[in-house]
Amino acid sequence: MQKTLKKYFPIFVLPTLIAFAFAFIVPFVMGVYLSFCSFRTITNAQFTGIGNYIRIFEDKDFLNALWFTVRFTVLSILTINVFSFTLALALTRKIRGTNLFRTVFFMPNLIGGIILGYIWQQMINAVLLKYETTLVADATYGFWGLVILMNWQMIGYMMIIYVAGLQNVPSDLLEAARIDGANGWQTLFKVKLPMVMPSVTICLFLTLSNSFKLFDQNLALTAGAPSKRTAMLALDIYNTFYGRSGYEGVGQAKAVLFFLIVAAIALGQLVLTRRREVEA
Amino acid sequence: MKKKLIGGIACMALALLVGCGNGGNDENSGSGNSFADQSGSNTGNNGSAKGSVYYLNFKPEVDSVWQQIAAQYTNETGVPVKVVTAANNTYEQTLMSEIANKDAPTLFQINGPVGYQNWKDYCADLSGSQLYDWLLDKNMVVEGDDGKIYGIAYVVEGYGIIYNNSIMNKYFALDGAKAASMDEIKNFQTLKAVVEDMQARKDELGIKGVFASTSLNPSDTWRWQTHLANIPIHYELREKNVSDLKDLEFIYAENYRNIFDLYLNNSGTAKGLLGNKSVDDSMTEFALGQVAMVQNGNWAWGQISDVQGNTVSEEDVRFLPIYTGMQGEENQGICIGTENFMAVNSKASAENQAASLAFLEWLFSSEVGKNFVTNELEFITPFNTFGETERPKDPLAKEVLRYMNDDTRENITWDFVIFPSQQFKDDFGDALLEYASGGKTFDQVKEIVVQRWAAEKNL
Repeated sequence: MQKTLKKYFPIFVLPTLIAFAFAFIVPFVMGVYLSFCSFRTITNAQFTGIGNYIRIFEDKDFLNALWFTVRFTVLSILTINVFSFTLALALTRKIRGTNLFRTVFFMPNLIGGIILGYIWQQMINAVLLKYETTLVADATYGFWGLVILMNWQMIGYMMIIYVAGLQNVPSDLLEAARIDGANGWQTLFKVKLPMVMPSVTICLFLTLSNSFKLFDQNLALTAGAPSKRTAMLALDIYNTFYGRSGYEGVGQAKAVLFFLIVAAIALGQLVLTRRREVEA
Repeated sequence: MKKKLIGGIACMALALLVGCGNGGNDENSGSGNSFADQSGSNTGNNGSAKGSVYYLNFKPEVDSVWQQIAAQYTNETGVPVKVVTAANNTYEQTLMSEIANKDAPTLFQINGPVGYQNWKDYCADLSGSQLYDWLLDKNMVVEGDDGKIYGIAYVVEGYGIIYNNSIMNKYFALDGAKAASMDEIKNFQTLKAVVEDMQARKDELGIKGVFASTSLNPSDTWRWQTHLANIPIHYELREKNVSDLKDLEFIYAENYRNIFDLYLNNSGTAKGLLGNKSVDDSMTEFALGQVAMVQNGNWAWGQISDVQGNTVSEEDVRFLPIYTGMQGEENQGICIGTENFMAVNSKASAENQAASLAFLEWLFSSEVGKNFVTNELEFITPFNTFGETERPKDPLAKEVLRYMNDDTRENITWDFVIFPSQQFKDDFGDALLEYASGGKTFDQVKEIVVQRWAAEKNL
């Protein structure tokens, strides 16, 4: 059996490998190559060396976007995870209508980012109308708008993961804790939290990567206004690539840099939280 | 086991993450490809029908007309014509992704010398074309450094301050009106006095404000960062007696501010809310008779007349030149010119290039084509194939023609075709938005304009 499996392994893996190569490896390699080129359309690229990478830092757009993204990411990771974990705790207490609540909280996640962006833009503008201003008048509004929008969308999803984790905490452990005289907080921090650490890993990872790469919501809500001060990295890359002629290569170089940053952060975070996981 | 599973999920998530890292290089809008299949199947109706035409249209307001034209031409000649329209403010992006396709546009438009610089690898030489022969004014072209013709203007347009004559007459009839008729408004001082008086008495006039909203929605700032900015920069070019500038001083920034402040302070919308207003909103306010004036061009007539509950009648829509307080502006006319130059894709196959030119020649010389151009697209064309009677009938186009034929006035040319880049315009528009909402002073706006101009011109 093992031998046959080994023998036919290449044949079975081939279709997936081809698909993976076309959809992923080839574009990725091309993308990295293009970041060293000057081009108008991807079919007429000319190699120019690392010039594009130097031009990234000619203006402050990229660094501003990076700083905005970092601030946004930190804040939304914190808020999303705290709120969703709290919700998950509340909805694993066998209250009436738990399933209904879970569904309702999960639903925002089913709506596309662009639509959500426009909906929230309308809602926030409707509120700001009272103060005779708009979402794009001040970068602070855009920032908080994005945080609220992201929370609204992601909390339900993260909540489901935490609910699954909390339901998997063995009841004998909880019982033992109770017999030992642990109060609610102690049970939460000493038993439940260590036991749901795998969920925390996933949730942190998902919120981190989703916040850092946020694009649709950013585009729909503020499109970077005012004066690109609410543009996040992905939007800045998009604008550089499509918005400025002669900057296609720079946009590509920014994308490569973006990839490196995201990969580094995500791997680092994965290693850190994996260490804290415990086996039951 | 659980750990492994989670690790696996995490890895998959990482793979997704990585997939986004190189976004942008393989994105194709793929829109409207259904037409592509037609090429080939439709050929052979008659011997000469070869090649196909794919036109990337710039003007969303006339998209449906272009679709009719395409169908009509295919009907007559058997040559498949596909027209795709780029959404507002996305022409360059759409063109960029479309032209990289195998089925690339054979006809597209460039917006002047700056556009030509971006697309010169794709512009075919049109010097020998009939279209060039037909041009009344041989300067209405985009010329390459080699003296060849790469873009040909196909429409002449004009913009200024559109006003609603019935509201103005109502005002002139009031006691103590600052002017007795539109003929007396010949400079900025009079305009300002009239506008401010009207604003103060808006309830008597039954309007919400004099000017329609100064739309500063980030993708709707072109009326200010391009069209309005044209005027002070036109005067600067004239004063320096040059046709292009490496470094702009923006010496008439104060004049820009004059008129821009007048727009901001005398409208029905609070300044802070302008970031949310689009051109459509402004035109709707005008069409509903809520405001008396709006800055826009003759293309806006379609928008005005299409608004439900439109109260503006055809004979009441007129143009007033945009006065900014310049010396001797009494003779100034409206801004007339073009930023629409047709270009043929030089990388398209020879048959497709020939078919594209044939399509244009048909459009601008055959009876059917000319009828579409005059009565449906409502274009004032720069070609001698159009007779005196073959002019659009809409009131604003007539106004443009009136100003063109008025020898006592000096119309302002469209010098914004030399504006360094879209980026410059966007930065200018962003700065204006912040000026309107109080985040920037006008001096800062001026500084941004000067600095961004220099940076973008010297790239």
